[in-house]
Parts: sequence; structure tokens; C-alpha cells
Amino acid sequence: MGLSQQIAQYIITGLTIGAIYAIVAMGFNIIHNATGIVNFAQCEFISLGGMFVYTLVVLLNVPMILSFFVSLAGVALIGAAIERWPIRYARSKEIIILIFLTIGLSGTIRGTAQQIWGTDNVGVPAFSGENPIHLAGGAVILPQHVWVFGITILVMLALHHFFKNTILGKAMRAAAVNRRAAALVGISVNRMILVSFALSGALGAVAGMIIAPISTTSYDTGIMLGLKGFAAAILGGYGSFPGAILGGIMLGVLESLGAGLVSSQYKDATAFLVLLLVLFVKPTGIMGYGESERV
Amino acid sequence: MENQKGYREKKMAYDRSGKDVYYFGALLLIIVFIPVFVKSKYYLIVLNIIGLNTIVVVGLNLLVGFAGQISLGHAAFYGLGSYFSGILTMNYGCPQWPAMALAMLATGAIAYLIGYPALKLRGHYLVMATLGFGIIINILMGELEYFTGGHDGMIGIPPLSIGGLKFDNDLKNFYLIWTFVFFCMLVARNLLDSRVGRALRAIHGSEVAADSLGVNTASYKVKVFVLSAMFASVSGSLYAHYITFISPSTYDFYYSIQVVTMVIVGGMGSLWGSLFGAAVLSFISEALHVAKQYHIIAYGVFLSLILIFLPEGVLVSIHHFYQNRKLKKLIATEESSL
Repeated sequence: MGLSQQIAQYIITGLTIGAIYAIVAMGFNIIHNATGIVNFAQCEFISLGGMFVYTLVVLLNVPMILSFFVSLAGVALIGAAIERWPIRYARSKEIIILIFLTIGLSGTIRGTAQQIWGTDNVGVPAFSGENPIHLAGGAVILPQHVWVFGITILVMLALHHFFKNTILGKAMRAAAVNRRAAALVGISVNRMILVSFALSGALGAVAGMIIAPISTTSYDTGIMLGLKGFAAAILGGYGSFPGAILGGIMLGVLESLGAGLVSSQYKDATAFLVLLLVLFVKPTGIMGYGESERV
Repeated sequence: MENQKGYREKKMAYDRSGKDVYYFGALLLIIVFIPVFVKSKYYLIVLNIIGLNTIVVVGLNLLVGFAGQISLGHAAFYGLGSYFSGILTMNYGCPQWPAMALAMLATGAIAYLIGYPALKLRGHYLVMATLGFGIIINILMGELEYFTGGHDGMIGIPPLSIGGLKFDNDLKNFYLIWTFVFFCMLVARNLLDSRVGRALRAIHGSEVAADSLGVNTASYKVKVFVLSAMFASVSGSLYAHYITFISPSTYDFYYSIQVVTMVIVGGMGSLWGSLFGAAVLSFISEALHVAKQYHIIAYGVFLSLILIFLPEGVLVSIHHFYQNRKLKKLIATEESSL
């Protein structure tokens, strides 16, 4: 395999993982825009997505397509539940307390998952076969990679449509821009926040489910993927949706090229090194515009 | 109502300035006499771990409680202290105490580099920077084998000594570590009672107001961040010389979460709360050591419940409860005497 072929291969891998980061970053952004907090439980949504689909498909023999949507709905419900009870009933609404609370909830969910599924890595079958597809450049691509790209694009288009064209999406944007004004025109801000958490849960679940057949899954796969998705969100500009996509893809490709061409030992460090450099050079990220302070 | 508030403020101001002397005295007595009662080697080790954690937590609480900033990378500063001490003494034959001081200075300098860009901005940039930094440092500990011994870690770090006194057992280390705890708490307490402390409290109250009154908020936040990193570094050095073995897994992301939990359990911005939080949670951690699989869930549930119901922390909540009761009695007697 020549160098150009290798590079093509690295880029394909990078784009795949980048697509996952982009979806996760989107989840971080939606909750940030709605509440101003960093939701560390996002990491757990990814693990849960993977473990749910594993339980349904492998352990219970439910068809993949049904499992996909059941898991999606299940994690979305969990996302909504952590907003509806712990976060809404928290006695202090200080941002710093709520961020710590999401760390606590994240531990609670991860610990519970560990009790249920144990600590082993488990495999999930690919959505449609394992026969590699040979591309023109000589690079090889698995059908699952195509699923990842396809579903990611679909998710992005659906989100775009949701926020641009539906009443609920517009109401969520309004509540994100100005809570009081939104409440004045009759939008229930609390309900918008609830929907944001459900939506983030669903996004995390999608990311966890589509990557599971490629990289296997376990109760804590979400931590690294989630934290890197977080880095992608910062890289793109925290809160910006196009930024999340750009940040995710850039991070994925950089990481894959770095691991392939330089050294694979530092693969996990790449994403965070990029994050630190961005904070040094342009803290608002590539597509970000200033810091919006929320109270 | 007016009256009640006035009482309460006076009462709190009084509590803050007056009683600390007694508390520190009591702490000193406890430190001196605990080994008389605690004979078991195991409990001495637990007490030493509590002491080491307390130093980190006191420093972190300065940052969280007074500058209102989150760090998810304190494991890295703790680890830098350990590894600088370990590398300097073992690979370069540097004497222990200078190595410890160098480690502290180097860690402080690194914290300055991380904190300066992140803290210039408003918002929660520091949490991102420290999170990334913590993970990078943890990876480097494992990969820079030439310096750090890789994932196997470093074995045989020499213990600290003063003159002929070598701190080579648990009891001697108990006195050494808790002397450091005592002085770190004293430093933190005096700092908070000074101009710097008032500035930090003003920042926590309202950054805009503090700024407009001429407090250089960014500079204060960076300074307190550097100081808290140095506390962690000192504790890390003490750990390395006490345990004499270090490996990357001690300094992972979970440790950062653990110390953050200790800050919250004790109460953000509460000095004695830091000691309380570190003691309670280190003890629980040790107790759960046999059942490691319950570690994550225990920490998660504990952290969540406290943040939902007692966001000021356990110790501070208890304190407020008693204060309110005393206050009500005080008001009742005043009213009856009128």
C-alpha cells in the first residue's frame, strides 16, 4: 500500500470518527445554548446508546432497525429524566453547581451501567454486512462507515430542519436567545430545556450506536468519545452548530493522521492538544463569535 | 426581619475572625495526639491519605469557592508534583527538599501558562483547558518511558529527611504530612482574611462589580489558580516520597473528579469544609476499596444528592442550621426582655 493510499485510508477513518465527534459536539451545544451549562452526562448518553443496542440486538435478538429506534427513545427519555428531576429540583441554580451536578449524574449513570453490564467490551453486529468496499483511490471502506456518514448527514439535515422550520425548534432558539422574552411570548422555557436534554440524549445515543459495530462498546466508551466531542465543540466555537460539524471533522481527521503518520501512542492526546492550542490562539473557536454570558 | 439580618451578619463576621484560633488550636492538638490512639498501621495510612488529599482540596477550594472557577485537571498538578520529585531525585540525584521546591515552582509556572489564556476570558474556559491538560499529562506519564518509567511507574523514590531524621515509616510521615496540612490551611486562612481574600470574595459575588471597583479580576483568578496548583504539587511530592512508588493510574481523570467531590461535600469556599470533605470521602474510598466496582456509583450518587439538596456542602449546611437556631433564641430573648 502506497503512502497516498495510506493517507486516503487515514482520512476515511478520520472522517468516520469525526462524524461521531460532530454529533456529540452538537449535543453539548444544544444544552449549552438552552442552559449555559456544560453537560458532562453527554458522555453517558453515548455509552448507553451502545449498550442498549447491544442488549436488544445481541442478547434479545430484536431486529436492528427496531432496536435502533427503541434505544434512541430510551436514551432520550433518560436525558429528559435527568433534567426533569435532578437538575430541575436542584436547590441552587448557579451554573457552577449545575455543571458539577452533571458530573455527579454522569457518575451515577456510569456506575449503574457498570453494575448492569459489567466492564467487558462487547461487539455489536454491523448494520449491513462486513464486506469491504474498494474505492477508486485504493482505499477500503466498510459498509458501516457508509452508515456512519449517511446517518450523520441525515441527523444534521434533520436538526437543521427542526431548528429552522418547526415551531418547537424556533421556540427553543428563542428561549436560548432570551429566556425572559421567550417566556413573555408564551414559550415554556422549562419545557424547552427539557426538550434540549431529550434531544442531546438522542444525539448521544445515535453516536454511540453507529460507532459500536466499528469500535465495540462498553459501559464507559462514552467518556473518551464524549470528552473529544466536547473538544470538537470548543474547536468549532462553543454553541455554534456549523462549528460543531467543522470542529468534529477537523479533530477526527487530525487525530487519525497524527496516529497513522506520527505516533499512535499519543492518539488520545492529539484532540486535547488541539483544544489547548485553540484556547491559546482563538478561544472563541473557529466559528464562534464572542462569549455569550447566561444567567 | 431587618434586625434578624443585622444579627446574622454580625454573627458571621464574628465567627469568621474569632473562632479560627480555637479551631486551629484544636486541629494542632488532634494532630499531636491522634497517633497515641491510632495504633493500627492501616488507619495511619488512611489518615496520611486524608492529609494529602486535604492539601489538594484546600488549594482547589480556593479556586472553586473563591474564584468561582472549575478545574477538572488537579490530578495533573498533583501528578506533576509527584513526577518532578521522583524524576529529579531518582534520575538526576537532586536532593529531596530542593526537588520538592523545584517541582512546586515548575508546576506553578505550568499552571500559569494554562490559566493565563483561559482566565482572561469570562465563562467556563478553565474547565476545558484543565480537562484537556489533565488528560494530556496522564498520557505523557505513561508514554515518556525514558523519564517516567512508563505505565510501570517509578519504584524506590527516596523518603524525605531532616538532618538525621528519615521519614521512612507511616508514623513519621503522619507528622510530616499533617504539619504540611496545618500550614497549608493556615496560609489559606490568612490569605482569605487579607486584601487578596476580600478581592476574591468580591469576584465571586459579582465579577462586574469587582471589576468596576478596580479589582483586577483576571489577574487575581490566575494567581489563585497558580496557588492551588502549587498546593496540589506539594501534596504530590509528599505522596511520592511517602509511598516511594508512583504510576500514571493514580493521577487519572477520576482523581480530579474525586477532589472536586471533596470540595463540594465540604462546602465550596469553606476552609474547614475542605478538611471535612477530604476526610469523609477519603475514608469512604478506602472503605470501598474492597468493593471497587461500587466506587463510581457511590461517588456519583453522593455528589448528585449533595448538589441537589445541600449545594452549600454538608459542613456549611450544618453550621447554618445551628446558627439559625441560635439566632432565633437570641431574638426571642431580646424580644422578651423588651
